[in-house]
Amino acid sequence: MSTTALYNDQQGGAEAAVEAGQESTATSSSSGAAFGLFSTDFKKNEDLKEMLESNKESLKLEAMKRIVQLISKGKNASDLFPAVVKNVASKNIELKKLVYVYLVRYAEEQQDLALLSISTFQRALKDPNQFIRASALRVLSSIRVPIIVPIMMLAIKEAASDLSPYVRKTSAHAIQKLYSLDADQKEQLIEVIEKLLKDKSTLVAGSVVMAFEEVCPDRIDLIHRNYRKLCNLLVDVEEWGQVVIINMLTRYARTQFTSPWKEDGIFDENEKAFYDSDSEEKQGQREAKPYIMDPDHRLLLRNTKPLLQSRNTAVVMAVAQLYWHLAPKHEVSIVTKSLVRLLRSHREVQYVVLQNIATMSIQRKGMFEPYMKSFYVRSTDATHIKTLKLEILTNLANEANISTILREFQTYVKSQDKAFAAATIQAIGRCATNISEVTDTCLNGLVLLLSNRDETVVAESVVVIKKLLQTQPTQHSDIIKHMAKLFDNITVPMARASILWLMGEYCERVPKIAPDVLRKMAKTFTAEEDIVKLQTVNLAAKLYLTNSKQTKLLTQYILNLGKYDQNYDIRDRTRFIRQLIVPSEKSGALNKYARRILLASKPAPVLESAFKDRDRFQLGTLSHSLNIKTTGYQELSDWPAVAPDPSVRNVEVIEPVQEWAPSLGKAKKPKSDDKFYSDDEEKDEEGSGSGSEDSSSSSSSGSSEESGSESEEESSRDLEKTSSDSEKSSSGSEASSSESESQQKEKKRAKKVTPRKSKQTAADSGSDENGNGPLGKTSSSSAESSSSEESDSSEDSDSDSPAPQKKTVGKTKPKVEVKSKKEVSLLDLDDFSPAPPSAPKSSVFSSSLLSDLEGLSLSNVSSAMQVTTSSFGPVKTYELLHHMTGKGLSAKYHFPRQPCLYQPSMVAVQVILTNSSDHSLEEIHIGDRSPASLNVHCFNTVERLEPGASVSVSMGIDFSDSTQAANFQLCTKEDQFSVSIQPAVGELVMPSTMKEPDFCSEQRKLMGMNETSATIAMATANTSKQNISKQVLSVANVGVVSSDQNNLQRFAGRTVSSGALVLVTLELRESSTALLTINTEKTVMASMLLRDLKQALYQA
Amino acid sequence: MIHSLFLINASGDIFLEKHWKSVVSRSVCDYFFEAQERATEPENVPPVIPTPHHYLISVLRHRIYFVAVIQSEVPPLFVIEFLHRVVDTFQDYFGVCTEAAIKDNVVVVYELLEEMLDNGFPLATESNILKELIKPPTILRTMVNTITGSTNVGEQLPTGQLSVVPWRRTGVKYTNNEAYFDVVEEIDAIIDKSGSTITAEIQGVIDACVKLTGMPDLTLSFMNPRLLDDVSFHPCVRFKRWEAERILSFIPPDGNFRLLSYHVSSQNLVAIPVYVKHNITFREGSSQGRFDLTLGPKQTMGKAVESVLVSSQLPRGVLNANLNPSQGTYTFDPVTKLLTWDVGKINPQKLPSLKGTMNLQAGASKPDENPTINIQFKIQQMAISGTQLHTHPHTLQLQSQSSSSQLTTA
Repeated sequence: MSTTALYNDQQGGAEAAVEAGQESTATSSSSGAAFGLFSTDFKKNEDLKEMLESNKESLKLEAMKRIVQLISKGKNASDLFPAVVKNVASKNIELKKLVYVYLVRYAEEQQDLALLSISTFQRALKDPNQFIRASALRVLSSIRVPIIVPIMMLAIKEAASDLSPYVRKTSAHAIQKLYSLDADQKEQLIEVIEKLLKDKSTLVAGSVVMAFEEVCPDRIDLIHRNYRKLCNLLVDVEEWGQVVIINMLTRYARTQFTSPWKEDGIFDENEKAFYDSDSEEKQGQREAKPYIMDPDHRLLLRNTKPLLQSRNTAVVMAVAQLYWHLAPKHEVSIVTKSLVRLLRSHREVQYVVLQNIATMSIQRKGMFEPYMKSFYVRSTDATHIKTLKLEILTNLANEANISTILREFQTYVKSQDKAFAAATIQAIGRCATNISEVTDTCLNGLVLLLSNRDETVVAESVVVIKKLLQTQPTQHSDIIKHMAKLFDNITVPMARASILWLMGEYCERVPKIAPDVLRKMAKTFTAEEDIVKLQTVNLAAKLYLTNSKQTKLLTQYILNLGKYDQNYDIRDRTRFIRQLIVPSEKSGALNKYARRILLASKPAPVLESAFKDRDRFQLGTLSHSLNIKTTGYQELSDWPAVAPDPSVRNVEVIEPVQEWAPSLGKAKKPKSDDKFYSDDEEKDEEGSGSGSEDSSSSSSSGSSEESGSESEEESSRDLEKTSSDSEKSSSGSEASSSESESQQKEKKRAKKVTPRKSKQTAADSGSDENGNGPLGKTSSSSAESSSSEESDSSEDSDSDSPAPQKKTVGKTKPKVEVKSKKEVSLLDLDDFSPAPPSAPKSSVFSSSLLSDLEGLSLSNVSSAMQVTTSSFGPVKTYELLHHMTGKGLSAKYHFPRQPCLYQPSMVAVQVILTNSSDHSLEEIHIGDRSPASLNVHCFNTVERLEPGASVSVSMGIDFSDSTQAANFQLCTKEDQFSVSIQPAVGELVMPSTMKEPDFCSEQRKLMGMNETSATIAMATANTSKQNISKQVLSVANVGVVSSDQNNLQRFAGRTVSSGALVLVTLELRESSTALLTINTEKTVMASMLLRDLKQALYQA
Repeated sequence: MIHSLFLINASGDIFLEKHWKSVVSRSVCDYFFEAQERATEPENVPPVIPTPHHYLISVLRHRIYFVAVIQSEVPPLFVIEFLHRVVDTFQDYFGVCTEAAIKDNVVVVYELLEEMLDNGFPLATESNILKELIKPPTILRTMVNTITGSTNVGEQLPTGQLSVVPWRRTGVKYTNNEAYFDVVEEIDAIIDKSGSTITAEIQGVIDACVKLTGMPDLTLSFMNPRLLDDVSFHPCVRFKRWEAERILSFIPPDGNFRLLSYHVSSQNLVAIPVYVKHNITFREGSSQGRFDLTLGPKQTMGKAVESVLVSSQLPRGVLNANLNPSQGTYTFDPVTKLLTWDVGKINPQKLPSLKGTMNLQAGASKPDENPTINIQFKIQQMAISGTQLHTHPHTLQLQSQSSSSQLTTA
């Protein structure tokens, strides 16, 4: 790599080479003598030496290639060092690279000679080309010669402040190398690390964190100020760096934030379903124990989430373990899908992932239960994979799925892989103990296996049955008898021993058989394995105590045999037992208690997972994989009871501006990433803020009803805050998040005081309502609110960083703010319908309030564009369920074309349920839906529908801007009917009013591939303006854009889910034709809409 | 991180070693050999093996063990993923990744390994960057090199490493600009002996071959993105666009790459395109067994089922099999008891069948398990999940588009 550098100093290089050459003559002779013993080796290397010393590049290269071959085979080529090192300054790149390879390999052994090459690298370190500097540093730091430590240190320090991020990256690598060479340099190296941690380049981040982990993993204080930066850069760091950073941040977060688990500690299991179905409950819980996640904690979780979709399995695993160790319990389950995906990867990947899933599934069955089938064993799996899958299936087993699992196990028992079959039997045993309902079934199944032809299977069954019987103190003498019968055929020692033990333990239940077994054993005693002998002695002793009449002689015989056994364990045991049970004058008090000693009731063995104790290690680590503490493992600390001061992560206000600066220079992708994120962050904070605030907002509503003064106070506080907000607004997202933090603190101080911007609007609206009610707002209050909104929006748009439609964003913002304001007031008044915290702009409308809002915004805000509700045109009704198929229940639906109450990204659907049967229907509700990811807001269960009656319910469906049908089940108390709603493409749009110039400017932005157009034929009756708009509006839920051009008609809308603009232009031409143009990013929608419009305009 | 790498062939010879830090004696591999001995099958060697001073993490591909030596805590997947990436790179460079290929190109291998890791930490793993640094060997270049003494090592500096799109070479130029996308879907299904599907899932990948000039920015959208349950992307794909709009937007690497892989959940019913009628019986007391297998297509939407390969691990007691295939050829390995039947194409008019008898070892009792049957097949031009692509060339006109798909049933 560094050739070009060395072109310049050829002369110097040549000098060095000459020096090396002179030196080599002396050393080579000595080394030659040393290696003289191996004459063939010596000769071969001699000819290589000649080649290296020749003048021909090609010969040298050939020689080097052969040397590399030697190295790769692990053969010693160190005697060639002098000859090779001369070529370090060669012009030929490949030759030089190979010399580097050689140098790095042997420099340690030939330290003095290696020093000859140093000057070449030192010169290259000053080269104007960054790659040459980097490569020189790389090789220099790889030469493990302690003498050059000061030189390396100097080079690293210099490179750490190099202009090129690539060189800085190399210096981060060099830090680790130097540290392993000389640990005394630690303090100085930490300084360099500290400096590099501040680096804003994504190239450096991964490497420096790696160096940090290697050199000073305990210096967590170095991370504080870089924490937010690392979180934000994470997506753009190369994949290997991501793994290291995520692991480090996991450790960091565990020391800095308080546990998010306290609140839902009770709901350790099955939390997911719980929260999904009933978020109101969660709300209540929060009120009980307020836990507010540190925004930095949230930032980390949010920024790592997209990495679950990385192609790099190590990254996915790192994120999964981060969520496992850091996320609130109900959020952890988002990693499930990705982990299951990894199971399709290479075998080794599967192995590690399955190990981790096994640990996770012990604590959280619910996470993996829906994916149970993914853990079914395939005949092609390797044995260790099979065993792990078995482990997981056993962990997942519960009352509901045990029958399926057992059926699957039955197949596994028959497997030709006997080790696996044995493991399956163990698993059956565990299922049997864990789930009492199936214990008997399992036991019977295992008894059947006793007659299996395969010995290992039988042996394993015996062992497991033994354990099961021990846990089941009930009568099982039949099984014991059966096993006694099989005893002759079983040869596996462990199984024999187990049977003998069972006989002894339950000898009173099988009084006739046990002595007979002992008799048989007495015959074969000498030929048995040690373990069997020990158990025979045990059996004899127990029988002697319970049934001495029959077995006295037998016992004595066995004890005599045991006395002279070769194995001293058996001799010892025999002596002990004899003293214990046979009364003699010497044996003291023990004899009396022999019965109690030998026949004491034993605690049942606990059959538990081998992964039970693995959770002491951090998931995804080598330690976890091996279940031993490996060198260099960093313990994951427990959550602190009280969070350390979060302000240490604050960065000066100027910092973020610098931070974004390099990313502005980058190409499109990372920039838009950053945007997306900072944007998202803002919104999410709003969302989560509103979630956690609900308690206080409701309390504020309560107070606002009685006291006007308080709300005044609040609003004045708001004004203060507004001004401070606008001051800070230029500081970008970093500042705004820190600000939110300070506000959070404020919140802690005085709970009732609103902590965030959205709150302040809440307070405003609260005061509005208090004074004037929702309908008539005084101009002063609305002015106030709009002023605060403006400052908000300006801040938003700053931190949001300019999206392509920045202008529109800015303009629509006030309107959005009004909505969210409304939302909070609604929360106070209406029954609370929670918006999931993930929804960016959660807004709740009721249509009547909405119209008020419209008036408000139109009069007050000079916005050029709004989303409106104005929609007309005939409402088409579709059949959802015919009364014949629905057993009397019929359902029709239409799209009311109103913004959805539940979530802005949902399309509102009005469903009319009619009971045309002769009996009343009960509990009409929505059941399963597919695809499972479909986001549907169900209507409340209709408790009872009398015959002939009909009820209209509304629901919201997020179609994600696609016309794919939403399938779900409509359930009554007795029946379930699968139905589907397929939206017309026009229903996926919301009207948007805008002025003509805005329309045109937006349209210009959506040219090229975003434009779809066609010339269409029009029915003659259709050519009037009213008719056209009527037709268009009947097809699509768009708004008319007033225009003064006669032959042009324009309509504007936004898609419901993503809010992308949809612009429709109709240009009338002669002879009943028209040019229809649709501009939108959603090209699929455009073509579908075009088709629908074409049809509608042609028909009428 | 990664200390050293040893490559070990099937017969247990270490044929290549490379050290990134100080040299680790190859005797460390003895622990690996021990584990290898304990494992009955080559696949059963545990991927992570502890030794007193080191940890060995290995992957087995193309019958070569790649054993990495680790000295301290590191996520095992990190190493495993890297080793697989090394194998992929070798395959990319030499076409195959065999012991012979590696030995022949040992210098290139060494150069590659040198670039891929620095001090045990991955440095450059993108194939586009590596190819800029070290040119892949071709026959022509090898010849020219030996004559002229020129090199495989790239003359330019790896500028890609610096850019924000590290996966793409700079200054790409083509006279014919073209991009191909292959949708390959695999069904993985377990079917019980009565023919009902126990579990089936679809795993799909979109492989792309993009040869476009400059810095093209492409978008790709799906007809029905909701089908895709879980997706993982090449780093070039913008996560955010996908999250927000379900559109793939990316600046592609040059050449072949895997754009994304996706997973269609097993909740959806998967129609398995073939069926098997089987009748494998062993009579008690007799040393003969009957074997009867018939394959047939179902729900293939008129597409031909090709490259059908049936394999079955017969019970240990089977001595030999005397079978008669209606088409294709079959082999039975008396040592491993593996029966393979290369069927070829299924003709719906004349269904392929394999009939005959099996001889059991004298005295051996009737095997109590039924053998599992693995079937692999391909169907061109069909995506079982119904995935369909729209293409939107952003800056360039795409010349053509091809699509092929493949199914595998196990």
